[in-house]
Amino acid sequence: MKIVVCIKQVPDAKDVRLDPETNTLAREGVESIMNPFDRHALEEAVRIKEEHGGEVVALSMGPPQAETVLREAISCGADRGVLVSDRGFAGADTWATSYTLGNAVQTLGEFDMVLCGKQAIDGDTAQVGPGLATQLRVPFVTCVQKIRTIEGKSLDLERMMDDGYDVVRLPIPCLLTVVKDINEPRTPSLKGKMKAKKAEITVLSAADIGAKPDCIGLAGSPTRVVNVFSPPPRGDRTVFTGSAEEQVDQLVEQLGKYI
Amino acid sequence: MDYLLTEEQQMIKETAREITEKKVIPMRAELDERNAFPTEILQDMAKADLFGIFVPEEYGGFGGGCLDIVLALEEMARGCVGVATSYAANALGIFPVLISGSKEQKEKYLPDIAQGKRWAAFGLTESNAGSDASGIQTTAVLDGDEWVLNGTKQWITNGGEAQVYTIIAMTDPSKGPRGATMFVVEDGDPGFSYGKKEDKMGIRASATRELIMQDCRIPKDRMIGRRGTGFITVMKTLDISRPGIASLGLGLGQAALDEAVTYAKQRVQFGKPIIAFQAMQHMLADMAIQVEAARALIYAAAKHIDNNPKNMSKASSMCKVFATDMAMKVTTDAVQVLGGYGYMKEYPVEKMMRDAKILQIYEGTNQIQRNVIGQELNKEYS
Ligand SMILES: Cc1cc2nc3c(=O)[nH]c(=O)nc-3n(C[C@H](O)[C@H](O)[C@H](O)COP(=O)(O)OP(=O)(O)OC[C@H]3O[C@@H](n4cnc5c(N)ncnc54)[C@H](O)[C@@H]3O)c2cc1C
Repeated sequence: MKIVVCIKQVPDAKDVRLDPETNTLAREGVESIMNPFDRHALEEAVRIKEEHGGEVVALSMGPPQAETVLREAISCGADRGVLVSDRGFAGADTWATSYTLGNAVQTLGEFDMVLCGKQAIDGDTAQVGPGLATQLRVPFVTCVQKIRTIEGKSLDLERMMDDGYDVVRLPIPCLLTVVKDINEPRTPSLKGKMKAKKAEITVLSAADIGAKPDCIGLAGSPTRVVNVFSPPPRGDRTVFTGSAEEQVDQLVEQLGKYI
Repeated sequence: MDYLLTEEQQMIKETAREITEKKVIPMRAELDERNAFPTEILQDMAKADLFGIFVPEEYGGFGGGCLDIVLALEEMARGCVGVATSYAANALGIFPVLISGSKEQKEKYLPDIAQGKRWAAFGLTESNAGSDASGIQTTAVLDGDEWVLNGTKQWITNGGEAQVYTIIAMTDPSKGPRGATMFVVEDGDPGFSYGKKEDKMGIRASATRELIMQDCRIPKDRMIGRRGTGFITVMKTLDISRPGIASLGLGLGQAALDEAVTYAKQRVQFGKPIIAFQAMQHMLADMAIQVEAARALIYAAAKHIDNNPKNMSKASSMCKVFATDMAMKVTTDAVQVLGGYGYMKEYPVEKMMRDAKILQIYEGTNQIQRNVIGQELNKEYS
């Protein structure tokens, strides 16, 4: 089983602020971390490898410093890290990112599964997983909360829904995006940390992955950000407590004020 | 203070700290309350390779030394001395094999220990043999290709939870201390069972239990080292394990200091945070001095031991006494700093003070450690 896990380096959400002047993310002095959902994708890949054998490749598109999340991935059980990095990638939207990652995955050769987090906590679009599957022309399922069985070239899994879950069977190769419920990521092991320290991270440029210049970065991005703003705060909310009857009484009393 | 640790030593500390913060601290009050063994936490530690620290590389470990173990234990003890004791007793239990075991025994047990697949325990104490270990009454008699063990060990940490037990028994009672030999007894061996599980003041997450051997038959090749060398192995084992107990005191003292300072900055009386009162400041300062002094002594003793000197007993005993007496004092003072709140189970210092006491007792009481140091001084100045 060869599994590629896509990992993004993101600013730590605890620290994120919007610059009120420019309406852009104030990233200065903000710590970079591995996108939390990707950590679960990585853990799942490592567990699959532990059970079925194979290889886990951590893949990231980003600036040179994104290498640190790939090392972290190795300390958590990935076999190797591949960074696609090129000035030309700057400003990529979800389409250009999917295209770039698609070329990178194809450059890495045959695969059985690509695992992604449900979404990145900075952009929050949840589009790159499905976009990448489309680029790779493989079936995909989003919001996977459990992989039930892997038998031969077939996979049974649970897709999280608002009101329960779907059970889905799909063929390998495929792409999955995962939610946090799927597992509890491990603490990096000592052996993993030592390996990560020594590991060589492969760096691939736009030319290395055969990416067309007009499909990458800002130039390849159809999305235009017209305006960014902080949504107005929600109005006051009241949470009723107590038994159902007491809550209904409270609600009726409150509504009475408006009649 | 910066002790110029290597990058690998930093990694050991970081890894142990991460597990302590994520897994141990959130669980410690419940484990204490329920007297529950931390199986899952120990499995997490194993997955993070922490059980391999002291196992040689050829058996799948890191080939680390005393300092490496001490660093891991310090971090663990910041979270819970009960959990950390379970880890430490595993090391203690397998040291006899590491020190005096045959190649076959090392191959058989060490890889499993390194991966946390099996846990170990150390069986020396009996009801009539505590400080005076030479009083042990457990016997081992060779019968054909098997040793037959009879006797009861008491207060054995990890008893009933471990799968590998290193046990000392008299093989030639007429020879006194030179007639004792160590053996490996495994969970499931015929005639081997577990007795009473103790209900303790502190370190309640650790299991302390009786080991009962009734015509317990084990293969001949379970003997550790040569016949009659049991107490030599025990002494060597304790020499390298005691800095670990010292480190439990260090981590605990540090945790108590952290709690005390944090609280003293927040608690307002007479219109000021209590840390503004000189009496409080001096108490906290004394705690900090003691903790740092213990750290310096333990790290120095551990490095000394890692250098494999001829005699390590004095250094080992000195750091054990100093750091564990420190832990008792500092945790007691931490309760004092928190006042009535410190006496309540809602705050962690209450447990810390209960946990501290055992450190002055097990692996040789602090009186016995002072005897050792005194005897060494007597020899040195002769
Ligand atoms: C929670 C717990 C876990 C333990 N885990 C283990 C384990 O895993 N394996 C194991 O083998 N044992 C274990 N022990 C046993 C422990 O090591 C002994 O309790 C310890 O060595 C002291 O023996 P004792 O309790 O019989 O005290 P005693 O020897 O009866 O001592 C009583 C008092 O007399 C003092 N005293 C005794 N002799 C002298 C002397 N010559 N000079 C001055 N003072 C002296 C002692 O310092 C002590 O204050 C454990 C004990 C406890 C409580």
